[in-house]
Amino acid sequence: MKEKEMSREDLLRKIQELEFAVIDLNLYLDTHPENQRALMDYNMFTSELIRLKRMYEMKYGPLTNFGYAPSQYPWRWIEDPWPWEIEY
Amino acid sequence: MWIYEKKLEYPVRVDSCNPTLAQMILEQFGGPDGELSAGIRYLTQRWHMPTNQAKGILTDIGTEELAHWEIIGTIVWKLVKDVPIEKIKGTPFEAHYVNHGKSPFPHNAGGYAWTATFIQSKQDPIADLHEDMAAEQKARATYEHLLNVSDDPGVNDALRFLREREVVHYQRFGEVLMGVQDYMSSKHYF
Repeated sequence: MKEKEMSREDLLRKIQELEFAVIDLNLYLDTHPENQRALMDYNMFTSELIRLKRMYEMKYGPLTNFGYAPSQYPWRWIEDPWPWEIEY
Repeated sequence: MWIYEKKLEYPVRVDSCNPTLAQMILEQFGGPDGELSAGIRYLTQRWHMPTNQAKGILTDIGTEELAHWEIIGTIVWKLVKDVPIEKIKGTPFEAHYVNHGKSPFPHNAGGYAWTATFIQSKQDPIADLHEDMAAEQKARATYEHLLNVSDDPGVNDALRFLREREVVHYQRFGEVLMGVQDYMSSKHYF
């Protein structure tokens, strides 16, 4: 499926998948800071994650606040659905 | 500083209305081996850690635990949000309901409120990291007990994810402990 045609849920799931990979790699790297393969994976998944988050945020509003992402008008941070309101 | 991300770490699907199961899952919302205890325990133990690996892992696992706490609260909420009062009467969730309504609240499955006495911080990295490893195993065992009593496929999917994270965290804490032991045995204390 082309990324531009992905539904909101598909895009969010893709972001969750990638972020899970970087969370797990991050913990691994905390105790294996010299593992170059893990670090390469971390950096590769991180740039892909940043790209997908920017795409999601353009369509559906910021995923993070406090200066981590700009907002369109009107202030989109408070738009629903909140994470616990999404039906998967 | 912490930044909130407006998404769950893992998608939560719930396939039933089940106030009894919600009450049992509150064990991991506000019980001694639950996600809130884990997050506060690890984030509290950071100040006195001797190695950067220990400071890093406590920060990062502590932060991930708060995301798990949000997942647990979401499971509980989705299990009860559409339940009519008649279906709550006579279930173990009834006592929770008269105090908190359907809001998740940090107490264990038996209704005992969360307290800092569930956790410890000793300014002793060896003692603290052993506590953390034990906590991960106790949380894993709790998830296995919850999986034994739950017959909701969506809930079970999220519980299995959370159970696996306990196993990974245990592994990481073990590696940090070895590093701390090396560090401490290579120094002379007078």
